[in-house]
Amino acid sequence: MLIVDKDQCTGCGVCEDNCAFGAIEVVDGLAVVAETCTLCGSCVESCEFEVLTIEGAEKSVQVDLDSWSGIWVYCEFRAGKLASVALELLGIGRHLADARGVKLVAVLIGAETGNTADSLIGHGADIVYRADDAALYFFTDETYGAVLTDLIRQEQPEVVLAGATAIGRSFFPGVANVLGAGLTADCTQLDIRQGDGALLQTRPAFGGNIMATIECPSSRPQMSTVRPNVMKALEFDANRTGEIVDVTLDPAMLKSKVRVLESVVSEHDDVNIQESDILVGGGRGLDSEKGFSLIRELASSLNASVSASRAVVDAGWIGYPHQVGQTGKTVAPKLYIACGISGAIQHVAGMQSSETIVAINRDENAPIFNVADFGIVGDLFEVLPKLISKIEAQRKS
Amino acid sequence: MNIVVCIKQVPDAKDVRLDPVTNTLAREGVQSIMNPYDQHAVEEAVRLKEELGGVVTVLSMGPPQAEEVLKQAISCGADQAVLVSDRAFAGADTWATSYTLAKAVQKIGEFDLILCGKQAIDGDTAQVGPGLAMQLDIPFVTCIQKIREATDSELTMERMMDDGYDVLAAPYPVLLTVVKDINTPRVPSLKGKMKAKKVVIQVLSAADVGADPAKIGLAGSPTQVVDVFPPPPRGERALLSGSIDDQVEQLVEKLAIYL
Repeated sequence: MLIVDKDQCTGCGVCEDNCAFGAIEVVDGLAVVAETCTLCGSCVESCEFEVLTIEGAEKSVQVDLDSWSGIWVYCEFRAGKLASVALELLGIGRHLADARGVKLVAVLIGAETGNTADSLIGHGADIVYRADDAALYFFTDETYGAVLTDLIRQEQPEVVLAGATAIGRSFFPGVANVLGAGLTADCTQLDIRQGDGALLQTRPAFGGNIMATIECPSSRPQMSTVRPNVMKALEFDANRTGEIVDVTLDPAMLKSKVRVLESVVSEHDDVNIQESDILVGGGRGLDSEKGFSLIRELASSLNASVSASRAVVDAGWIGYPHQVGQTGKTVAPKLYIACGISGAIQHVAGMQSSETIVAINRDENAPIFNVADFGIVGDLFEVLPKLISKIEAQRKS
Repeated sequence: MNIVVCIKQVPDAKDVRLDPVTNTLAREGVQSIMNPYDQHAVEEAVRLKEELGGVVTVLSMGPPQAEEVLKQAISCGADQAVLVSDRAFAGADTWATSYTLAKAVQKIGEFDLILCGKQAIDGDTAQVGPGLAMQLDIPFVTCIQKIREATDSELTMERMMDDGYDVLAAPYPVLLTVVKDINTPRVPSLKGKMKAKKVVIQVLSAADVGADPAKIGLAGSPTQVVDVFPPPPRGERALLSGSIDDQVEQLVEKLAIYL
């Protein structure tokens, strides 16, 4: 419950303005909480008189939090390829493991993984648990979930991370639910608190309008999915040593009621826009499918992938996997070039954590310029061809 | 075929914005809407019912005013609506929400298929659908972009992946979460609107669904929000100046490290 200290409340209304759910209203000089309150805590922060507190029923704390030890990273491997986010997770995982003085463990699930386990060690893992079996060639929530759940139950790690990818965001929620573990989605920052070892998981909420830091105070493991392209991978070091453990797989774990009949990889290899370093995004300002081809040209001059606003996807100029924004994908490339995208909050939510943002738009009042590091106000059909030829000239020289 | 569709009332994202002066969330004029992904889940359920027969039940957990989105679902072809609502649910994270919805689904009774939107646009976690399936001990598949074939015994469908899509077959019961590619939701018919006006929504409390008080709301939530703050400001409205040629030249210089 959100409690208002009626004696101290001045009815200033700051909390009312802060509540995104419209759950607080000042009535007769007093903050009144409605049922729509989600206990998000943003009003508690806002109140300079410290009138608001959140009181919950006592949680039953697992008695033995300290018996959970080690930082684990699920390393996604699909169709012969390790997801690049796996190496990024080993980078942040190494940092967390060193801060805790514990081992960094990579969990590799798949088939025909070859020498991938060695490369995980070179990128920072102390131990690799390898579940390599023909039955794990295709991803299913049931098989991957069963393998990981079983390992976690046996080894009791304190932290388990996965990339916030289609696969990570699908089977981690199932695993966390079965274990009764806390899971935080799509984190962009992770820290560990010395002392109690609490994982401080920071993620955007409300389409990136607020950042929230989340803890799991009374349960282990602490689980997170982490946004690709945010954490830094360590340089590969062939001198690093570690242990590879092949996991014994119970045949029951390899059975799935849901069957994969076929896996269709898109013919365009740039479809996985979350893994691209450079994205060129096109919006309604391109006017037509033909206009949109300028985006593809600019992308190819930069070796970049193509993304799009919702309007463009709805118009059918490019497929849904390329959509950036609240109902599409969230991306954080090193460089995002927004062309003819007005910058509605739904789009900005999906790209505002990009390292550098360039906006090109004919409307100087377009909100996209508010998040841009560099902006050009101008006609795309004039600017883009010039930009493309300039970039090509630059790359040649 | 008995289908349960889980839907959520959310603030309309386009209304949620930061006040540039106070750097706080401005709530003025924030409209509540049905979570956009859930509209596609309702539509798919109604289409499956039209093809195979059966009953579509829409289920929401939320405050009393969440009845609005349930009525909207009825107007779009759902048959009955259940709202699970209790102040004790406040502060529920995805674990506690999954548990609560599972108790409500069990109360509703027999089901073959549960449909959810991929994620809600306020929290963006995409965790409740899979969590609900685990609580009910049934398989789940996320991010369905197309149902190719539905028979009385099995579904064949496409799941969106990062690099393309997988084609899957699943027997019932199963839980699916859907992306917006799956269909185009219909506009409510006049008949549907009339039905929505008259519908009696079953409202269930925590006690009604037999929920364990230790597993709901804040108490039942393994995760806890400990800090909320505005995102670091970015961008300076740094518009380049000069002729277009000059601006392009400056931009390419600025981007040299990426070339």
